[in-house]
Amino acid sequence: MMKIGRFLLFKMIRIITLVVAICFISFLLVKNSPIDPIQAYIGADMLKVSPEQRGQIAAYWGLNEPVMTQFLNWGRAVIQGDLGTSMIYRRPVIDVIGERFVNSIVLMIAAWLFSGVFGFILGVVAAMKRNTWVDRFIQWYCYTLASTPTFWVGLLMLMIFAVSLGWFPVGLGVPIGVLTEDVTILDKIRHLVLPAVTLSIVGVANVALHTREKLIDVLSSDYVLFARARGERGLTLFWRHGLRNVALPAITLQFAAFSELFGGAVLAEQVFSYPGLGQATVEAGLRGDVPLLLGLVIFSTVFVFVGNLLADMIYEFVDPRTREGRI
Amino acid sequence: MSILEVENLSISFQQYGSGLKRRTLDVMSNLSIALEAGEILAVVGSSGSGKSLLAHAILGILPDNAKTSGDIRYNGEVLTPERLQSLRGKEIALIPQSVNFLDPLMQVGKQVRQSARKGDAISRQKAVFERYQLAPHVAKMYPFQLSGGMARRTLLSTAAVSGADVIIADEPTPGLDETVMKEALENFKEFADEGRAVMLITHDIEAALTIADKIAVFYAGTVVEIAPIEDFTGNGEKLRHPYTKALWKALPKNDFIPIPGAQPHLDDLPLGCLFAPRCPLMTEACTKARPEMRDLRGGKVRCIHAT
Ligand code: SF4
Repeated sequence: MMKIGRFLLFKMIRIITLVVAICFISFLLVKNSPIDPIQAYIGADMLKVSPEQRGQIAAYWGLNEPVMTQFLNWGRAVIQGDLGTSMIYRRPVIDVIGERFVNSIVLMIAAWLFSGVFGFILGVVAAMKRNTWVDRFIQWYCYTLASTPTFWVGLLMLMIFAVSLGWFPVGLGVPIGVLTEDVTILDKIRHLVLPAVTLSIVGVANVALHTREKLIDVLSSDYVLFARARGERGLTLFWRHGLRNVALPAITLQFAAFSELFGGAVLAEQVFSYPGLGQATVEAGLRGDVPLLLGLVIFSTVFVFVGNLLADMIYEFVDPRTREGRI
Repeated sequence: MSILEVENLSISFQQYGSGLKRRTLDVMSNLSIALEAGEILAVVGSSGSGKSLLAHAILGILPDNAKTSGDIRYNGEVLTPERLQSLRGKEIALIPQSVNFLDPLMQVGKQVRQSARKGDAISRQKAVFERYQLAPHVAKMYPFQLSGGMARRTLLSTAAVSGADVIIADEPTPGLDETVMKEALENFKEFADEGRAVMLITHDIEAALTIADKIAVFYAGTVVEIAPIEDFTGNGEKLRHPYTKALWKALPKNDFIPIPGAQPHLDDLPLGCLFAPRCPLMTEACTKARPEMRDLRGGKVRCIHAT
C-alpha cells in the first residue's frame, strides 16, 4: 500500500508541474500569435466597431494588462475552479468542454476499444502464422496504415460510405433539422460510425505490429520451448503462455497511445465536422479563444496523462515481476 | 529391449549466409545411443558442442529450419512426429537447464500442475513438492522469486509429476555449488532407481561418473564412444576412443593434460574421422571416410584403430 501511495504522490506532483508548464507555454504562444482576438471575435463586422468600442472590449477582457499579469489572473481563477468564459461560445469554458467531451469520449472509447481488440487479434494471428501470406498481408496492411494520414483515410471513408453508398451521414454529430429531443441513440450511433472506424483502422497498426513482435519473441523463448517439450501446442500453448505474456505489453501500449488517439480525434472530427473536443480545439486556436484553448490544453494534458498513468500502473502493479519484486 | 533408441540421428540447419547463398550446417551426424529402463546414460561433451540439440531432437522441438534424418524408437516403435507429439511430456520428460524455461508470468505451482499427465494434478504437485522439500507457499511464487536451488527442484518437479518413463536432463549442473549438485545427482539416481530411464546431458564427466551407468562421449556432433563407467579407471587403458582417453587424462585428478587443438568448426568438418586433426593415432586411412560405430569389448566406438 505504501508503495501505491508514494507512486501516486509522485505522479500528482508530475502532473501539476506539467500542467502549469504547458499552460504557460500555450499562453505565451497564443498571446504572441498574429491573431487579434477581438477581430477574430467580431469577424466581418469589424468595420462597424469604433476604436473606442474596441478599447472597451479589450479592457473588458483584460487584454491591456501585461502578459504575466493576465496569466496570473487566469491562473488564480483556474485554481478556484473557474476556467473562464469562452469568447466564441459565450458560455463557461467548463460547460463547452463538458459537452464536447461527452461526444468525443464516445468516439474515442469506441475507437480505442476497437483498435485495441482488433489490433491485438491481428498481431496474434500474424505471429502465429509467421512468414505465411497471412502474416505478410497483415504486415503490409499495418505498414501502409501507419504511413497514411488520418484525415486522408477519413476523406476516403466519407467518399465511399457516405457520398457514394450513402450508408452513413456525411458529417456532424446529429441529423440536421431534427429537434434535440427527437434525436435517437441510433441517430447518434450512425453519426459516430465513420469517425470511429476511421480512427480505429489507423490505430490498429501500432498495436498489431507491436503484438506481433512481442509474440514472436515469446514463441521463441525458452519457456515456450519447454512448454512444447511438455506436449503443449497450438491454442493451449497460446492460451497458457502466449496470451499472458503478450497481453500486458499490448494493454500498456494501448493506454500509452491516448495521446495519439487525441491527436487522431482532432483530425477525424475536423473531417467529419463531428462536434467533439478536437473540433473545439481547432476553432479555439483559429479564432484566438484563449480561455477555451487553455481549458482544452489542461483537459487534454490530464487526459493523456491519465492514459500514461494507467499504463504505468499496469506495469507496476499488475505484472508480478514488478509488483512483488520491489515491495 | 531398450526403452529409447536413437539411430543414426543427423541434424542440419539451413542458414542464409551473405547474399542469398544458402548453406547447410551439420550440427549432428549419425548419432546412435540407447537408453535402458532403470539406467542412467550420461552424454558428456564440452560446453557449446550442441548436446542440447540431442534432447530437443528426441522431443521433436527443434526449430523449423532444422532438418533431421535417422530413427528414434520408443519401446521398439519408430516415433513419427504425430506419435512423438502424444508422448511428449507424458512418456518422455525434459528437465531444462535453468529457471528461464519457466513462464515468468505464471505461478510455479501451476506450471508443475500443468505438467501432470496422470492422476490428480493438485495432489500430485503437492506430493512432489513435499518430496523435494519445497514449502507449500513456493507453489504461489513466480519464477523470478525462486532461489537457484528452489528453481532446480521446481524444474525437477515438472518431470517427476509427469510420471514419464524417460527423463532427459539437460546440463543441470553448471553453476551449482557442491551440495546442491550432489543433491541434483542424487535426484537423478532416484529416478533411475524407480525404474525410469535417465539421459543426463552434461559437460562434467566427473559428476557423470558418480551416478551414471554408461557414458556416451559426444564430439563434434556425434557420439564417439559409449563405455560403462567401470572402464574409466587407471590411465584409461580400458577406454576405446583416443578422444575419451584424452578427456580422461585431462581431468585434474589424473594427469591434467589438456587436449591440444580445438573441436572442428561446424561449417568446416573434416571429411574423414571427426577427431583426426587432433588424434595422435591418426593414419592415412582415418581421413578417407567417417568411421562407423562398432561394438568393442562391451562398449561402442567410432574409431578404426581402436582395440
Ligand atoms: S579413426 Fe583414426 S583419427 Fe579417428 S580417432 Fe581413430 S585413430 Fe584417431
